Amino acid sequence: MSLVGAKVLRKEDPRLLTGSGQFVDDLSPTGCLFASFVTSSEAHAHITAIDVREALATEGVVAVYTAADFADYPDVPGGLPDLERPVLARNTVRFVGEPVAIVVAQDRYCAADGVQAVLVDYEPLPVMTTIASATAPDAMALHAAHGSNVATIVPMLDDLERELDRCDQRASLHVVNQRCAAVPIEPVACLADWTPSGLTLWATFQAPHHLRNYLATFLDVPQSRCRVIAPDVGGGFGAKIVWYPELFVAPLLSKWLRRPVKFAQTRSEAMVQMSAGRDQEHDIDVGFDRDGRIKALRVVVSQNLGAYPDPTGLGLAVLTTWMAAGAYRIADVQTSYRTVTTNTTPVAAYRGAGRPEASYSIERIVDLVARRTGLDPAEVRRKNFIPPSAFPYETHNEAVVYDSADFPKALSECQRLMDYDAVRAEQAARRNDLSKPLLGIGLSCWLEIAGFGPNGSLEGFGHLASWESAQVRIQPDGSAIIFSGSSPHGQGHETVFAQIASDELGISFDRIEVRTGDTATVLQGIGTMGSRGVPTSGSAVKVASARVLDRAKKIAAHLLEASEHDLEVADDAFNVRGSPGKKVGWSEVAWASFQPLSIPPEMQAGSLEERLFQESPNFSYPSGAYGCVVEIDRDTGKVTIRDMVIVDDCGVVINPLLAEGQVHGGVAQGIAQALFEQIVYEPDGGQPITANLMDYLVPSSADLPDFVAGRIETPCPNNPLGAKGIGESGAVGAPPAVINAVVDALAEFGVEHIDMPATPEKVWALMNGART
Amino acid sequence: MTNEAIPATSTSMTALRRKVAVRLTVNGQRSEHTVDARTLLVHHIRDNLRLTGTHVGCDTSNCGACTVLLDGESVKSCTLLAVQADGGDIATVEGLSGPHDGYSAMQEGFRQCHGLQCGFCTPGMLMAATGLLAERGLDITEREIREGLEGNLCRCTGYEMIVRSVRWAAEHPEPDAS
Repeated sequence: MSLVGAKVLRKEDPRLLTGSGQFVDDLSPTGCLFASFVTSSEAHAHITAIDVREALATEGVVAVYTAADFADYPDVPGGLPDLERPVLARNTVRFVGEPVAIVVAQDRYCAADGVQAVLVDYEPLPVMTTIASATAPDAMALHAAHGSNVATIVPMLDDLERELDRCDQRASLHVVNQRCAAVPIEPVACLADWTPSGLTLWATFQAPHHLRNYLATFLDVPQSRCRVIAPDVGGGFGAKIVWYPELFVAPLLSKWLRRPVKFAQTRSEAMVQMSAGRDQEHDIDVGFDRDGRIKALRVVVSQNLGAYPDPTGLGLAVLTTWMAAGAYRIADVQTSYRTVTTNTTPVAAYRGAGRPEASYSIERIVDLVARRTGLDPAEVRRKNFIPPSAFPYETHNEAVVYDSADFPKALSECQRLMDYDAVRAEQAARRNDLSKPLLGIGLSCWLEIAGFGPNGSLEGFGHLASWESAQVRIQPDGSAIIFSGSSPHGQGHETVFAQIASDELGISFDRIEVRTGDTATVLQGIGTMGSRGVPTSGSAVKVASARVLDRAKKIAAHLLEASEHDLEVADDAFNVRGSPGKKVGWSEVAWASFQPLSIPPEMQAGSLEERLFQESPNFSYPSGAYGCVVEIDRDTGKVTIRDMVIVDDCGVVINPLLAEGQVHGGVAQGIAQALFEQIVYEPDGGQPITANLMDYLVPSSADLPDFVAGRIETPCPNNPLGAKGIGESGAVGAPPAVINAVVDALAEFGVEHIDMPATPEKVWALMNGART
Repeated sequence: MTNEAIPATSTSMTALRRKVAVRLTVNGQRSEHTVDARTLLVHHIRDNLRLTGTHVGCDTSNCGACTVLLDGESVKSCTLLAVQADGGDIATVEGLSGPHDGYSAMQEGFRQCHGLQCGFCTPGMLMAATGLLAERGLDITEREIREGLEGNLCRCTGYEMIVRSVRWAAEHPEPDAS
């Protein structure tokens, strides 16, 4: 029986359900010290003095460090010239929460005492938290050496004015994709132990080899003496592939103090130190004909980078502009972007990373076209869809060739599941009935770019390469260990990769273990991000397993004195086709594989091991159709989601239970962005006013609906599994569905757009003609 | 720079650092420790008792990752001082067990219904849900589960599968629980 496609329960769960998981802060080696940052209370200021005397005299404090102590070491890697981030602020602080000094103490309580006792004097500078203020003509440059707050800029080749003017109608929309926090429930932590035998760093990280590569360079030690371990990691969502200063300074503290040293953020620290996501503004112009056909699209993207450009943060707008036209065939598309530094926490990847921003804008635009033409939003989508026959589809950007999709089918399935016509009829009947809440219907026919990636794609974000590694090792008893360079943080790699390997090898699921997250045992690796776990890493496991099986068959054939071509493998044994009972167990084949006297003369002992670096010829393009029905309270403006229908196409599904879980989580974060979450800065002083979970509204179980899930499947032609990836889909697809529903509900008030999050306050203001 | 060269001065921490005795029964095991008065219950459980299944996810009592049962009621152990629990009977995730291959019905429900992904919120979620079923009974509705668990945040699952997990546990009562 094939396990690929089966609802297999997870290998990860027994330890996580019993408290036996090992998260970084659970580790506490003998003599471990605790380090905490003194962080900037100012958004932009010169540091005029740091007084550590009282901190050093505080009971339990072991040492205090400032930027001068790190003068011999480089800046945080991956920055742009003149825009680098120092590990501790040197002379100038550029956002609230930026580390200024470090207190190392016996435990976290004493470290907190020491942090309180450090006195820092600041001389305030002008604060710019927004793109507008940072790009104002007289704006002070955050980084004087760079001379401007615009870090990068990619102009458009043609402004499309002629093409836009040629259309029957044109429309413009300014869209804000607000700053959000990833909020993995486990904040960032790391534990460094520098011993005479070398360094071990345990870190909450999505890509331990990536960290190892940069850490060894930073420390100027050979990679062979630098081991990074990502043990159980409590969620990441993109915010745990970021070069946080503690990852680089913890090893030095351990070296200098000759003790293990741990950092573990509190949530209030995480809310200002962990990278934020989104924070783009789009100026969009669209040209369309009376019949709803979209002819020209111009998208100008501005990315708020925060105080220091992050390598991924710099790439977000690239992905947004690549995916700007979504699921639609539009004759003329032009995009441009600029990235801007501001006095805010740095921005990096957050679930979807540039694609939620793209899908949100194009799906808002399609609804605007529907509104202006008086057509049904579903009809406008159908008129503009790239037809299933047009794949592979070359887009406005040569790097982006959509692999496969069936947008009309996904939309039809979504409309069927949400009973679209009936809800529209209910909406019409309800209009002008003041006794009932407003009813709104929103669609989102989204598409994203995933399966990172083709050679060159991740190198652009500073990674070593874009392949993913797999190593399949048969043990002498015929059990198997799979090593994967893709290090998980909740996705279920141990289960899914064992399913794939089990099908390929004919070894029972229970006899296969998957190992990840340790640079000392996993040969090389890139990491878990960009919805690449199954399409790239899973494909590596499949191909490597197949190669091992080929060699195992040769040994089995030798033992059975049969032809390898007549062998089939199942249930931990090799059977000769057509000769019932003529078989040899995987355990015997494995045992023999290590005995030179038992294997074919042309083979070598230990051949049942394969290592592979799986490359991808193209990205994958997961897509789907989501439908949302909202009710809005006429008195308070509160939005309630009545139905949330999610139809995904992630190609071939390995484990439907886990795939559904991934989509649910992504949709929850998408709804959260649409209705609840936003990082807000006090505009003049740059103080974050959403800096803990009291003020930043992560939805609870009571705030979210049940989901109605459907699925269609167009296999990905570019990898051996046919899988497209599923991790980010929900976060890409949900926000426009929800906001389109909210705007639809508010149509009778003449509302054509609302910026996220659609809070009761904003909605009420629009209903009552007040200014937001 | 290290503090060896600098003479210690008095601090204002005396009261916070007053040593107090804390006697607890945790998962049936009695313990007695002397701790700083300011020690939070969660850090006592994690650092002194070395039961690291109970996690810390925030510092404002919002996330519930630190939830344990104190004398049968779910509490957020990051919001209590260890000394406030003195004399109490505490259950943590490590103490859960039952007839489902050793797992309690709640643990088994989470396994069957994929009620966890990264697993960081899970111990708190399990304890809160265990406390909720004990308090509200097995005929609990999905809405009541959603409202009963609103003090526990999960960033991975979107909650529906957690709700299903709790329903599973309610539908598979343990012999001594019904």
